[in-house]
Amino acid sequence: MTDYFVLAISCIFVNNILLAQFLGNCPFLGTSKKMETAAGMSMAVVFVLVMAGIITWITDTYLLKPLNIEFLRTLSFILVIASLVQFVEMFLKKSIPGLYAGLGIFLPLITTNCAVMGACLINIKEEYTFLQATVASFSYAIGFGLALVLFAGLRERINIARVPQPLQDTSLGLVTAGMIALSFYAFKGMV
Amino acid sequence: MAQSIAKEFTKGLWAELPPFRLVLGLCPVLAVTQSVENGIGMGLATTFVLICSNFLVSLLRNIIPAKVRIACYIVIIATFVTIVELLMQAFVYELFLKLGIFIPLIVVNCIVLGRAEAFAGKNAPHMAIADGLGMGIGFTLSLGALGAVRESLGAGTILGTPLFGPDFQPFTFMVQAPGAFVCLGLMLCLMNLIGKK
Repeated sequence: MTDYFVLAISCIFVNNILLAQFLGNCPFLGTSKKMETAAGMSMAVVFVLVMAGIITWITDTYLLKPLNIEFLRTLSFILVIASLVQFVEMFLKKSIPGLYAGLGIFLPLITTNCAVMGACLINIKEEYTFLQATVASFSYAIGFGLALVLFAGLRERINIARVPQPLQDTSLGLVTAGMIALSFYAFKGMV
Repeated sequence: MAQSIAKEFTKGLWAELPPFRLVLGLCPVLAVTQSVENGIGMGLATTFVLICSNFLVSLLRNIIPAKVRIACYIVIIATFVTIVELLMQAFVYELFLKLGIFIPLIVVNCIVLGRAEAFAGKNAPHMAIADGLGMGIGFTLSLGALGAVRESLGAGTILGTPLFGPDFQPFTFMVQAPGAFVCLGLMLCLMNLIGKK
């Protein structure tokens, strides 16, 4: 039990997928201008990343490894993720229209979100068991959401401030992200 | 004719320089630029995928149905990424280990899919190759430049050769995660300054 707890903490804080592993930076900068879009994106990532983590782990363990075709990992993972996203989108549209309206535009973007693909690849690289992979995927997604929401909050404040022209928008956004990364750096000693 | 090819080629070098102007494909830009060598290696791998996928997408642009085009593009890109992965594993194994999961992640690099969707799917093959080559070289140069700044300040070396003599205290912040964000942000600011004039 403690092992899983330590794994979760390390995935959320120490190895935060956005700030320490540099995965998923495009949506990090793209959807963080407003709190609502940031929250929507985070929800969508939590939803898809956990499912993708589980399904790619099963694909790798029971399909690619027994057949010795690991070189097809990249191709099969991206296909799994793309079809999963499509499937989730259709399912939500039919059965939970409220959630679909909230996540709607963010779902298709997730296919090319490298946080999802990256987390799946890390799960395989670290040779996690099924339960570990599930916990890790969930924690990575939570870490992603946490960093994104924090960042969106800061950016909303920065928008009010007067910033020198060349630094505006993405430029200052990146520097701010650096500061958040620095504060997450303090968690390094924890695990 | 030759002029328009040159135009498609050069726009990737400055006017639409991928990581800075379009702010796309930032993950590898931030993650692998601790040194010049890693940056350029990653850039070249991406360039190869960009040119090949642009060419194939452009050749097939009248055959692929519009509804499933994104899925087709992804399969094309993933195929070339797998080729790069296997080639690097065979010939530059050390670099392959250093770049780690960022090689397979070229699949989800927004620049590659973005160029396929925005350019190659609508233009003739020779134009698509020029576009891919320009974008790829622009991307490689940006990675190299960022790598040079971070490596020289963070480790005091360029391509492994010491720059500042034995008394230099490395500014290690630059080669760590937070430094990547700050450094890219400041370089973007510098580009905005130059672009304004």
